[in-house]
Amino acid sequence: MNYLVIVIGAIFVNNIVLMQFLGICPFLGVSKRLSTAIGMTGAVAFVMVLATIVTYLIQNYILDAFGLAFLQTIAFILVIASLVQLVEIILKKVSPALYQALGIFLPLITTNCAILGVAILTIQKDFNLVEGVIFAIANAVGFGLALVLFAGIREHLDLQNVPKGLKGTPIALIAAGILAMAFMGFSGLV
Amino acid sequence: MNQWKNFTKGFIKENPVFVLLLGMCPTLGVTSSAINGLGMGLATTFVLVMSNMVVSIIKKQIPEKVRIPSFIVIIATFVTIVELIMEAYLPSLFQSLGLFIPLIVVNCIVLGRAEAFASKNNLVSSVVDGFGIGFGFSFALVLLGGIRELLGSGKLFSITIYPENYVTLLFVLAPGAFIVLGYLIAIINRIKKD
Repeated sequence: MNYLVIVIGAIFVNNIVLMQFLGICPFLGVSKRLSTAIGMTGAVAFVMVLATIVTYLIQNYILDAFGLAFLQTIAFILVIASLVQLVEIILKKVSPALYQALGIFLPLITTNCAILGVAILTIQKDFNLVEGVIFAIANAVGFGLALVLFAGIREHLDLQNVPKGLKGTPIALIAAGILAMAFMGFSGLV
Repeated sequence: MNQWKNFTKGFIKENPVFVLLLGMCPTLGVTSSAINGLGMGLATTFVLVMSNMVVSIIKKQIPEKVRIPSFIVIIATFVTIVELIMEAYLPSLFQSLGLFIPLIVVNCIVLGRAEAFASKNNLVSSVVDGFGIGFGFSFALVLLGGIRELLGSGKLFSITIYPENYVTLLFVLAPGAFIVLGYLIAIINRIKKD
């Protein structure tokens, strides 16, 4: 039951993109096409789960154990940056097909605040490792849901007659606002 | 004169939020009031100025290949300093900015300036550039926060402007952030064209 609350909370009620404003850069940057949105979601999900596991272990067995909690920000960002590099190298060797699909998105992920945000939130919410992993997966799904929905909307927006001043980013942001309004309907669900 | 141009470019012409569309997460996340926007803007300005300064001093010592990780460590150091100072002296602001303080580290504006400006320019220009872009960012956050606070709670910097019965709560909630920013960018685009 507890796990269900975490999952529904992370995907719908506190959607990471539309309600918490994490990962806005890829949300606006790679949502012009549905196919790139799906590729980005795959890469983010992969790194987010891995990063949450690794940072959880580092926080509990290194930082807390030696009283170094103030180093959290530095330690986490370094771990995530090197993890992204490592994933890139391993994927290139092990699965060239997957690398082809996700490769171009991987370097962008280091500065994706959703990854660092979820890692820090897992620590702040005092989750154990299993809850943390479920939380990370649910957030990745929430990220994907928002990104895919938004990409679908933007593909349609291209065909519409938008007033000249609003073309491009402004109309995309307003559409995102309306999408966020729709997600507000989920509040109170958990 | 040259330094003055360097300083003012961040406000409209190269405004990081309205024109370059960088640092969108804190822009949307913390601007439910003008004072939060100001706090976030000044915290980011401090990190920008200090990291620009350090990067421009030690740019010759950093090997080309590891420059990005080195920049990230320098930035993370100053973010940690801001975090600790704010927690000690401004606990209420620290509470309301929350997660977005450690996330200054992944704000693309800071890394962007270190890479694009400070690693190629001298100390004085880099510091001036840090202040210019930082104040431009703060200006954008205060403008966005002020509009949202005024429409959503009838206040400006916590001073009541009109009674609460007439407010549109939506603007301090998540959707309001997207919508107000969308219209602001449209207006800035129009101003720039003239």
